[in-house]
Amino acid sequence: MKPRTKEFNQQAAVALADVKVQASLKGLYDGFNQAREKAAEATPDWEAIRQRARAVKAHTLDNLDYYLEMVEASVTRAGGVVFFASEAADASQYILDLARARDVRLVIKGKSMLSEEMGLNQRLSEIGIEPVETDLGEFIIQLADETPYHIIAPAIHKSREDVSSLFHDKLGTPRYEKAEDIAAEARNRLRDKFVRADMGITGANFVVAETGTLVLVTNEGNGRMCTSMPRIHVAIMGMEKIIPSMEDLGLFLRLLIRSATGQRISSYVTTVTGPRRDEEVDGPEEFHLVIVDNGRSRMLADPDLREALYCIRCGACLNACPVYRKVGGHAYGWVYSGPIGAVVSPILTGLPDAKDLPYASSLCGACREVCPVKINIPRMLLHLRTQLAEGGGRPGMKKVSLAERLGMKAWRLTVTNAFMLGLANRVGRMAQAPLLRGGRLKWLPPPLSRWTKYRDFPRISATPFRARWRRYLKG
Amino acid sequence: MTDNPAHVQASLFVTCTVDQFYPEVGESTVRVLRRLGVELDFPSAQTCCGQPAFNAGFWSDAKPLARRFLRTFRDKPYIVTPSGSCASMVRVFYSELLRDEPELLLEANEIGPRVYELSEFIVGVLGVTDLAALSGNAGATPGRKVTYHEACHLRRELGVTTQPRTLIRSVPGAELVEMVQAEVCCGFGGTFSVKYPDISGAMLQDKIDFVRDTGAEAVISCDSTCLMQIAGGLERQQIPVRPMHLAQLIDEGLGLS
Repeated sequence: MKPRTKEFNQQAAVALADVKVQASLKGLYDGFNQAREKAAEATPDWEAIRQRARAVKAHTLDNLDYYLEMVEASVTRAGGVVFFASEAADASQYILDLARARDVRLVIKGKSMLSEEMGLNQRLSEIGIEPVETDLGEFIIQLADETPYHIIAPAIHKSREDVSSLFHDKLGTPRYEKAEDIAAEARNRLRDKFVRADMGITGANFVVAETGTLVLVTNEGNGRMCTSMPRIHVAIMGMEKIIPSMEDLGLFLRLLIRSATGQRISSYVTTVTGPRRDEEVDGPEEFHLVIVDNGRSRMLADPDLREALYCIRCGACLNACPVYRKVGGHAYGWVYSGPIGAVVSPILTGLPDAKDLPYASSLCGACREVCPVKINIPRMLLHLRTQLAEGGGRPGMKKVSLAERLGMKAWRLTVTNAFMLGLANRVGRMAQAPLLRGGRLKWLPPPLSRWTKYRDFPRISATPFRARWRRYLKG
Repeated sequence: MTDNPAHVQASLFVTCTVDQFYPEVGESTVRVLRRLGVELDFPSAQTCCGQPAFNAGFWSDAKPLARRFLRTFRDKPYIVTPSGSCASMVRVFYSELLRDEPELLLEANEIGPRVYELSEFIVGVLGVTDLAALSGNAGATPGRKVTYHEACHLRRELGVTTQPRTLIRSVPGAELVEMVQAEVCCGFGGTFSVKYPDISGAMLQDKIDFVRDTGAEAVISCDSTCLMQIAGGLERQQIPVRPMHLAQLIDEGLGLS
């Protein structure tokens, strides 16, 4: 998928101006966010589980080469084929070649953010293969020709009416009023695809290194159909999705599902190890696991940003983020949105173009508070900011504007010492005098007009605290 | 009036925002701490902890300010500040900022634990949880409804959530009415408020709506920068809810001014 991280401000403005989108984003607080909160409270040892999972993630990534080899060995042992792709394009090419070689016409797909990274649907369409998204949210997004708005709820920005109109326009259905009717329509259309498909492509919530087992968490059962009905199953995974053993799985399922939707368990948890065996009646003839780097090793190599790879894609940080709840998913301009997207997208697609993402945060820390694996997202945003402000010793990285740079230097001068602060106080009071209205500033010249657009500004005091201390507080 | 036996020596880090824009908050802080038996000094070399530059990514501008702070407060037993955010800067973020400066880092790690936000100092160090007991006219004033906005760094970096509420509830004449989403950011975020005014403004509007819904006369916070944002919005929309720093509420409740 082509990054549009440059367009943050335009896309944010679109979301802010859309009353319906604002209403559905607002709902994330009382919806997913509160559900997560309740589920966490109801889970004994929630804190201990988080700590443990974080430790497992740290260990796995510290020894990733070892575990990648283990995955390869165990998947091969189970009769599957493993392919390592260093770029998204390599991963797509492998799948395209395979599809051609096996004469594949129709592909059914389970929800996968990595597939969006790869722009896989487009690549398949280009060679005449029809990719069909089978997750209801993805089905809607594919129909609307959009990108996912949310990591776990791709069509969260669309109201029932929106979807009803979309179905009417694109599929020629009646204008359904009930959500059940919309879902039934999608289900009917998908059933035929499930039966006819030659290849199923799914993502991976986890891959267990020890056994080579792919784990999928869904609420619609579509993931299981994709893994079992077509004659070929291809799973794609970011290389960070490995967990060492089955013993770790319970831990991560508890965290992922509760953090994502607040459910204690999702409707479906599917585990798949290799293709159909001789004695089995169900399952695909072939199983391929495509392990994708696509910039992840850059994250792995940077000790300040490595923990972004701990992410299990639950979406909790999006729901908790007051900025995401205003600007929505498309503002972030790439596959991943919200706080984790503001870290991952700049690293994977290039920081200079994505310069707005690390700054478009009040650094409130709500993301870190809810993250099931305790990723310190604000800290990483700060590290990305300092690269953008000071260059980090790399050419082309300094992207903060000259105006901002000068503003910072000017401010820095005023707080050099007590004398400069006193001087700044006098200069500031002279400057504000003609602008004062009722003791406040209702208008300030640019760039501070960006403050007074929504807020009054307090006046600089003629008797700052330090003067009061000297005069009468000192005692 | 009962005398408080604390007799603790502490230094006030008033913060640049309070110094220049809200000196009355600094005055209230002084009166409250003195009433609680604290012997207070104000090192006059102090300016800013460096957080605005640090958060904006200008770490090389933040470093000299951190150095200045550490030099100014080096030998002080306790450092108290009416800001969760500035306390976090010193206690939490200096170790990040100064990680390549071994000597300063050592100093930061040594001084950091002695820096306290006002409410955590009152409850945690002075052990005061019942302010009404200190007041001669406890319960005499009619209750005024107040609501509490949680400052982000105070809650999430320092883990301070109960102390301010305990103190508010024990202030004579104050009745705490919780707003919904009290823990959600007001949208200030330093330069964020100016770089992304429309997002910041939308976040502020939610906060204002939630404050209003409580019917409270005043909105209390432990950080003057949150209050700058919230007050700015309330004033602009001419909403008669008073933004108050916790220190001011206690100051008035105990009749110190």
